[in-house]
Amino acid sequence: MSPRPFWSPLSAGVALGLALFLTFVLTGHGLGASGFFTRLTAESGQWLAPELTAANRYLGDYVRGNPLQAWITWEVLGAFIGALVGALSGRRFRPQVERGPSAGVGSRLVMALVGGILTGLGARLARGCTSGLGLSGGAALAVGGFVFLICFFAAGFLFSFMVRRYWQ
Amino acid sequence: MIWPLFDSGVASGLLAGFLFGFALENAGFGSPRKLTGQFRLEDWSVFKVMFTAVIVAALLLWVSKQFGLMGSGSYYVPTPFYAAMGVGGLLIGAGFAIGGYCPGTSVAGLAGGRIDAIVFMAGMVLGTALFAAWFAPLEKLYLATPGPQGQTLMDLTGIPEWLIILVLAAMAWGGFRLGSRLERKLGGPYQASDLYPESNRQN
Repeated sequence: MSPRPFWSPLSAGVALGLALFLTFVLTGHGLGASGFFTRLTAESGQWLAPELTAANRYLGDYVRGNPLQAWITWEVLGAFIGALVGALSGRRFRPQVERGPSAGVGSRLVMALVGGILTGLGARLARGCTSGLGLSGGAALAVGGFVFLICFFAAGFLFSFMVRRYWQ
Repeated sequence: MIWPLFDSGVASGLLAGFLFGFALENAGFGSPRKLTGQFRLEDWSVFKVMFTAVIVAALLLWVSKQFGLMGSGSYYVPTPFYAAMGVGGLLIGAGFAIGGYCPGTSVAGLAGGRIDAIVFMAGMVLGTALFAAWFAPLEKLYLATPGPQGQTLMDLTGIPEWLIILVLAAMAWGGFRLGSRLERKLGGPYQASDLYPESNRQN
């Protein structure tokens, strides 16, 4: 079965903008993602090294809240279901290691891990990610959101030059 | 003023997330090749979709304040910490170019069946743990150069909100035109048929 085409960027952008606005109406804040991974880290830490995690000045606060009570946990679960419905209904579900034609599976997974580590560090430092700070902060016309977005695009272009051969 | 509803329940989270994930996947944002195509200038979808979404949501927020539906100052505006948000943005930009995702798109990637997305997520958990472990030396940067609480572009520039949105829309229009021209020149953007061939792709 051939995949259905993606939505045009304009329609996808309008749809995402409407979802974001609805989120502001419902909750008083925008969409996010990295907050979920902070909670996941706190949970894993509590399981692997409970004393160290509870004593940690940064993660300690997260440990004291139940992760399932946090709105962001449900939101990320909803995003997973929404994307799964999108992939299945669009005939775009493919179990794979997606990579550039010249990259091997091993090197792709190492790059994914390295990229994830940088992203995890960056999201905690910035207090948000592309969704929570860039998209939602941008829609709220927050200065912080635009500072983030400018730096995000600048570093993206710079590092993309260093790894472009590997994606193409 | 009837909005926001301040509903942080399960249904509100699932609904907002569902629409978020559904839109991301249909934009093609589960695919790290398409996402990183932005920075090779061959696929401008990241810029186009994000900018459009920001403008649509900003415009609707402004309109609902004009009609008195949404109280002004009633929704969350992040307070800028210029240094930390700048450096954090640089790290996430680098992580995106190298790893192929950001936190939200990695969820869409995993939902489409991608093993690399779950490895990226494991990396994020490691990165978050490193941040927590290094919090003492990082705290100075984390708290450095704070701006006014909830500072908006209107606070910074004194320009009215509608005009800011209009300027952003004009920038987006320019970006769409430039992006589409570069896409044609560089053979982009990635179509679903390029990324999901009918036969199983060689792994």
